[in-house]
Amino acid sequence: MDKNYYNSDDLKKFGNIVDFQKEMGEKFFGYYGEVFKEGALTAREKSLIALAVSHAVQCPYCIDAYSSDAYEKGYSEAQMMEAVHVAAAIRGGASLVHGVQMMNKVKKISL
Amino acid sequence: MSEFIKIKLKSLKANSNSLSKAANQLILLEQNPEEFTPFRTKLNEINLNPLEPTALEVFQINLGKMCNQVCTHCHVDAGPDRKEIMTKETMKIIVEILKLNPNYKVVDMTGGAPEMNPNFRWFVEEISALGIQMYVRCNLTIITANKKYNDLPEFFKKHNVEVISSLPSYSKDRTDKQRGDGVFESSIKALKMLNEVGYGKEGSGLTLNLVYNPAGAFLPPDQNALEKEYKLALEKDFGIAFNNLFAITNLPVSRYLDYLVSSGNFEDYMSKLIDAFNPTAALNVMCRNTISIGWDGYIYDCDFNQMLELKVACRDSQHISEYNSDSLLNRNIIVSNHCYGCTAGSGSSCGGAVV
Repeated sequence: MDKNYYNSDDLKKFGNIVDFQKEMGEKFFGYYGEVFKEGALTAREKSLIALAVSHAVQCPYCIDAYSSDAYEKGYSEAQMMEAVHVAAAIRGGASLVHGVQMMNKVKKISL
Repeated sequence: MSEFIKIKLKSLKANSNSLSKAANQLILLEQNPEEFTPFRTKLNEINLNPLEPTALEVFQINLGKMCNQVCTHCHVDAGPDRKEIMTKETMKIIVEILKLNPNYKVVDMTGGAPEMNPNFRWFVEEISALGIQMYVRCNLTIITANKKYNDLPEFFKKHNVEVISSLPSYSKDRTDKQRGDGVFESSIKALKMLNEVGYGKEGSGLTLNLVYNPAGAFLPPDQNALEKEYKLALEKDFGIAFNNLFAITNLPVSRYLDYLVSSGNFEDYMSKLIDAFNPTAALNVMCRNTISIGWDGYIYDCDFNQMLELKVACRDSQHISEYNSDSLLNRNIIVSNHCYGCTAGSGSSCGGAVV
């Protein structure tokens, strides 16, 4: 194992995952390619969604790839940052909405 | 109507930048052949070396390097400080060549801002009389730059000149970043003036095509998808119509090469171009049916080879004064690693994607 868990050069090697499991790897990449094609959503819209999700799952490879891709597809810096805020809001909201659970529990056990 | 664009930059030449010399650019482009596979080797792999012309159909002419803009990506290193301008004598020789060679279907006029050549209108009238289709690479802002250019839309219309204009984004921010402060606003005004005389309008027969090229170190996105976005945005925000969008890749030449090097993007960008090499795009590169004429009458395989001072590889037809169709048709096209820019992804030409 390298000293660092993440290496930006590894992004280029993503396709190599088929070396250890060809069939599943190829099915994944086929699916991946299909997902990002123009469909009911444009490839451009999908790129911005991918950028937001990349931040939500905190994947540095994905952030690298979709920061370039979304910018190349014409999104402005402000639009891209707003997409990141959407990810942050959902993540923050996901924690906070559980506060209701906490409140329910506390209300149940308190006098 | 007269407008000013804020010029922040000077040409590489005016700054005595080492990359203003073509030889220095070529050294940089061809360094490190272990990492950057030479373009010739790639052509060998697909049996396309030497690259040969298929026809002589497009006659592209650089009318001069003078321009009212100084764009950060300009491969011509054009600007107000460039004084190289084609003379009327050179134009006269070109008109004679076009008279004698009906194989040329298109005359493609570029610059700098070709309209700034004092004999531009005379030249267009002469070619118009020959009945050859003309394209003008109009930067748009020239139309509003000075009163004397305000009637260009009418003039283009009179001679049915196809207008091809750069607009790197339908947003102000990105356009001005690449082409200078104030360019977007001025371009929008010029587009409206072109629309007013019929350019870009259905049924008018007057073609207005826009050119997208990336404002940074990346490749253009899908041309068709981008065209749809441009049409929606320009119609919605400004009521502007146009015909086609050409998505063009920036070639690592001159000012764009300087940008890549100074921003630390050169190696990554070259790798990106090489990784995206597309054999089908290589088959369709524009230099196979085009010749490019410099402001001083020298002949090149394309506009980029012109800026790299790589004259055509036929000794008896390097200048229009010794123009020889047979020699030009039987020449080998000169290539170097900048050519990866025309073969990446969907390919790139002066008419956009080639596959």
